[in-house]
Amino acid sequence: MTSRDGASFLEIFREEVDAILAKYPAEHKRAAVMPLLFLAQREEGFISPRAVQAIARLLEIDPTQVGGLIGFYTLYTSRRLGRHRMQICTDLPCALQGAEEFSRQVCQRLEVRPGETTADQAITVEEVMCLAACHRAPVFQVQDRDGLHYHETQTVETAMEWAKGARGGAE
Amino acid sequence: MSEIVILRHREIRDLDRLEVYQRAGGFEAFRKAVTEFTPPQVIELVKASGLRGRGGAGFPTGVKWSFLTADDFPRYVVANADESEPGTFKDREIMEANPFQFLEGLAIAAYAAQARVAYIYCRGEFWDLTRRLDERIAEMHQAGLLGRGLFGTSYDLEFQTHLGAGAYICGEETALLESLEGKLGQPRVRPPFPAAKGLFDKPTVINNVETLANVPPILYKGVEWYRSIGTEKSPGTKVFSLSGNVARPGNYELPLGSLFRELIFDHGGGIPNGKRIKAILPAGASAPILVATDAVLDTPMDYESLAQVGSVLGSASIIVMDETADMRWVESKITRFFEHESCGKCTPCREGTYWMLHLLDRIRQGQAPLGEVETLHSVARGIQGKCLCALGDFAAGAVASAIERFPGDFSEREAAR
Ligand SMILES: Cc1cc2nc3c(=O)[nH]c(=O)nc-3n(C[C@H](O)[C@H](O)[C@H](O)COP(=O)(O)O)c2cc1C
Ligand code: SF4
Ligand code: FES
Repeated sequence: MTSRDGASFLEIFREEVDAILAKYPAEHKRAAVMPLLFLAQREEGFISPRAVQAIARLLEIDPTQVGGLIGFYTLYTSRRLGRHRMQICTDLPCALQGAEEFSRQVCQRLEVRPGETTADQAITVEEVMCLAACHRAPVFQVQDRDGLHYHETQTVETAMEWAKGARGGAE
Repeated sequence: MSEIVILRHREIRDLDRLEVYQRAGGFEAFRKAVTEFTPPQVIELVKASGLRGRGGAGFPTGVKWSFLTADDFPRYVVANADESEPGTFKDREIMEANPFQFLEGLAIAAYAAQARVAYIYCRGEFWDLTRRLDERIAEMHQAGLLGRGLFGTSYDLEFQTHLGAGAYICGEETALLESLEGKLGQPRVRPPFPAAKGLFDKPTVINNVETLANVPPILYKGVEWYRSIGTEKSPGTKVFSLSGNVARPGNYELPLGSLFRELIFDHGGGIPNGKRIKAILPAGASAPILVATDAVLDTPMDYESLAQVGSVLGSASIIVMDETADMRWVESKITRFFEHESCGKCTPCREGTYWMLHLLDRIRQGQAPLGEVETLHSVARGIQGKCLCALGDFAAGAVASAIERFPGDFSEREAAR
């Protein structure tokens, strides 16, 4: 968080935080930890130690109980990644429909290997497990400030078109 | 045309709009349940229908509801919308295109369980879908279908959505509860079962999305009608997710007991590019693999018949492979999945999936010394029956069945190539 203080993101988003807390019984407010982590990540692009501290304090649990979740759940990240996290499914059903080759070509065009970020910091490409879209292979999802959206029934060309937009017009 | 119970949006336009759903009889079953039946009466009806869980285990739904510990409140109902089994994409279509039938089923389940709060646990990737569900839940509130004093009775009900964050194991019901409570999604030791101590330690019912979507038609059209579809022991229809080497992958709703051949060749359009069918995974990655013989293709897809041919129906996600599929590659894909998704709580699963993956990669790359396939087989057998949850057995069963049923693909000659 550039100008904002990590510890205070909970105050900046007070309304959203209150709506999240209201979903669970007051005596079990720890249940709010996952949505709060998503909120922090959406704001900063990753989950910072300061956000972890703030969430732990709010929920009255130990920071390790918050931090431990980040490594366990693959949609969270504590590292700063590209502005868009592009996750291509290469699991068995998609792979039977050519998804591994799709991923290879997309990576080649973006000049990265799976797990890497483009030089302009726009896109991090990852290969992931089934996204429940196997009938529309190849498929990738994009996580960024806008949330998380699916891109289904793709070709290398349509994927590159998306990438072009994501990189602000340049391929 | 066989009867459509679940994917009704394919017959009724705009069924995802509340007024259209209501005009088609929607929420009549819920109203009837709350105003005319006691909760135990609803449970009896669902029991009598023979409905079995569509999430994997096929457990009778009404029986599950009747296990709730008496006199312990509050109780909770949780919809399992984690849908992460490779090859499964049916709950998503239901929630996207016929969402209110699922939500009505959840409401009836909540009433039957005498719960006043129900949670919908969606996999984190269903971000857009979950936002749409939130809007639909708000519409239900406005229409008086959620909230306080429903239909002039004293029954109150609220729905809350909850997003997971990318962990297959959270589809396992006790791991799901841990995750919903804000902890690592690791399965619990059972007993106690969720019906006694579930969410927040309170009696809880957990059902799959498709299971819940079956409940309104059962109440609306009656038990006799429902039992006229499917087989005696597996009544009703099933949404089969068909993927892999088929011409028309997609969801197909067919009566339980339909044949593989019907699904793959009549509905799915068969195997493209003039290839022959080689293998079938009937329940995503989590089923022993089947050689696609004529006898298997003519097997009815229901819980009992699948057991007879040495596999399981599970979530009925049918992955088809043609003659070019190399089982060493297939199994390394599957094992990579389980190795990645093992929650790490028990050693045989955590270490065993790691070792199987390592061995498979070597076998696949032709770097394995003689006897490596036998080693792999014994690692797989060593995992079986030693794990806290079914994931370990799924991983081991996948590898063991492939070695036993496709010996040609794993022959030392092949392996050493
Ligand atoms: C590793 C594992 C993953 C599972 N994943 C799912 C899932 O994604 N969705 C689901 O409904 N059930 C899943 N299940 C089954 C659930 O544990 C549980 O049996 C089911 O939600 C019960 O609902 P039902 O009786 O309506 O089928 C999984 C089970 C295991 C062992
Ligand atoms: S079998 Fe695997 S996934 Fe299941 S509890 Fe043990 S380690 Fe976790
Ligand atoms: S395998 Fe790719 S979406 Fe299912």
